[in-house]
Amino acid sequence: MELIIGKDIKKDYQTGEVAIHALKGVTFSLPRGAFVAIVGPSGSGKTTLLNLIGCLDKPSGGGLLVAGLDVTTLGKTDAAVFRGKHIGFIFQSFNLIPVLTAYENVEYPLVMVQNISPSKRKKQVQDLLAAVGMADQQKKMPDQLSGGQKQRVAIARALVTHPDLVLADEPTANLDHDTAMSILALMKRIRRELDTTFVFSTHDSRIIGEAESIYRIEDGTMKTNGNGGGRGHD
Amino acid sequence: MTNLIKIAGRNLFRYKRRTLLTLSLIVVGVLFVAGFMAVTGSFKTLMIGQITDSFVGHMQIHRKGYLAAIDTLPLTMNLRAQAVKKIESVLKETPDIEAYSLRIKFGGMFSNFTETTNIRLNGVDPEMEAKTVPLLLPRIMEGEKALKKGEILVPELLSRGMKVNVGDMVVVIATNRDGSVNGKQLKVTGILESATGPGGRDGYVHIQDAQEILRMDEREISEIAIRIKDFGRLYEVFGVLEGKLSGELNKQGKPVYEVHTWEQLSPFYNIARMIDMMTLFIKLMLIAVVLISIMNVMIMAVYERVREIGTIAAIGTLPRKILSMFLIEGLLLGAIGAAIGGLMSIALVYGLNAAGFTYNFGRQKDIVLSASVNPQDLLVIMGIVILVAVVASLQPALKASRMDPIKALGYV
Repeated sequence: MELIIGKDIKKDYQTGEVAIHALKGVTFSLPRGAFVAIVGPSGSGKTTLLNLIGCLDKPSGGGLLVAGLDVTTLGKTDAAVFRGKHIGFIFQSFNLIPVLTAYENVEYPLVMVQNISPSKRKKQVQDLLAAVGMADQQKKMPDQLSGGQKQRVAIARALVTHPDLVLADEPTANLDHDTAMSILALMKRIRRELDTTFVFSTHDSRIIGEAESIYRIEDGTMKTNGNGGGRGHD
Repeated sequence: MTNLIKIAGRNLFRYKRRTLLTLSLIVVGVLFVAGFMAVTGSFKTLMIGQITDSFVGHMQIHRKGYLAAIDTLPLTMNLRAQAVKKIESVLKETPDIEAYSLRIKFGGMFSNFTETTNIRLNGVDPEMEAKTVPLLLPRIMEGEKALKKGEILVPELLSRGMKVNVGDMVVVIATNRDGSVNGKQLKVTGILESATGPGGRDGYVHIQDAQEILRMDEREISEIAIRIKDFGRLYEVFGVLEGKLSGELNKQGKPVYEVHTWEQLSPFYNIARMIDMMTLFIKLMLIAVVLISIMNVMIMAVYERVREIGTIAAIGTLPRKILSMFLIEGLLLGAIGAAIGGLMSIALVYGLNAAGFTYNFGRQKDIVLSASVNPQDLLVIMGIVILVAVVASLQPALKASRMDPIKALGYV
């Protein structure tokens, strides 16, 4: 079953009098539970595509269905509600909230977005922190954690609401190779355990091989759409 | 809500120096306003008390037009006996009235047998007068603190100028309403300390002596001074009296009587109003200080946390929650500043009173400053600070809540 269906997606930006065609008609579909890398050089349009899938932006043309909903018609508030319910985000710079502990960062979406009761969310948060190997670091503030630890907390935060889809924009770009590989392994393991769809953008050739499917974007168009070197969907 | 407060509180603690600086500004502002109000309020209350309790009373009733011509003390504009009787019955049936005093005011000549000068005199019933203006007798600097028939209380400056002392005999000569001149020998039994304001340098004689000097067959009254039980209800009582007395009309269909509060009788009211105006300006300055400092700090907070705002917006935080987060931050800053400022203001008032500062007012020297801050006023100041803090945070908070997550996440 397809989780994301994109048909002839276009995205134009106006910079002064110059129109930039970031996406020039991208058509693709992603099955539920996929582990997909969107690759391409800088400025190719991969982040734009992730933003559209993540309902952070609206396409200029074409259609986009995410989890069965036409997200091109969503207003600002509805898009926020949809994101809170269906999508988790992992950022290149981790983007943890600096005034909250690791535990509170993971808890944040449950408290501020989904209003889950304290007893219920405690178990959810602790289970996820344990799953990403951060149970013993939960009381630490972000500035007391290493890059890899921060990204583990960010992964837990992205997954705590049990989203259908996790979008990761260059999730390993700020990490050394070993840490990057362990983070990828973690993402794959969790994908397997929770059956969550992972879509990440990268241009790091070392980790592209870990993806099961690779979508290559160049100059705003989808060039190839093939299998990666990673293990298949177990 | 608890989580929003927790996040807001931690964000304030995150920029310790800036928060401390803003809090200091708010605290100093609150201290300044409360201190100013405590000192000027004390001065104002004391002066109003001095003026009303020394000679003016809280209110006065005259025949219409008398006050406009008071400089000449016109005997032709006195209240006749029947009118006085009517007013007295109204005063007696009004429960808010504590006391009243009937006065015959007149101008005359004062002679010590070698020199003669002008004098303004009040003929009063000593008992009624003492109840209406309780500071009259304490103003007697020398002599017996009483006034009997055949006696006169001479103002301090006149006694000095005319070299008149307690126990001396003097003559008071006056012209009555018909133009007939009469005089009476009176014994000086007291020297009156001068008081600031109109009537503060008048002499006093017994009302029966005044009647005798002015050859009144029946008692005519120039003014009725009134003391009310609760000064805080001045305007209500004024309204009641005016309502009860306004029904009396003359042949031209105009009211026969005029009721005045102390404010219309003493020029000090203008000073009191000036103090109120200054207090208002100081409050406006406080509002400006709080508004600018909190707005500045919140604008900075939004600019510094653009990526953070982008992150929480991306993961699904609704715009109204982001708005609340920043509003609560401003509110907390205002509330903490107001609370500390309020507590320090109370300490300041205690400190001022403990220091025992003195000041002079007119001829009165070494009045001890008795600063006091009304809890209601303090709460109003604190409320203003908190409200202004929220208003100041509104624009930055709106900016944060309307931020485009993509632009915010890409912000460096």
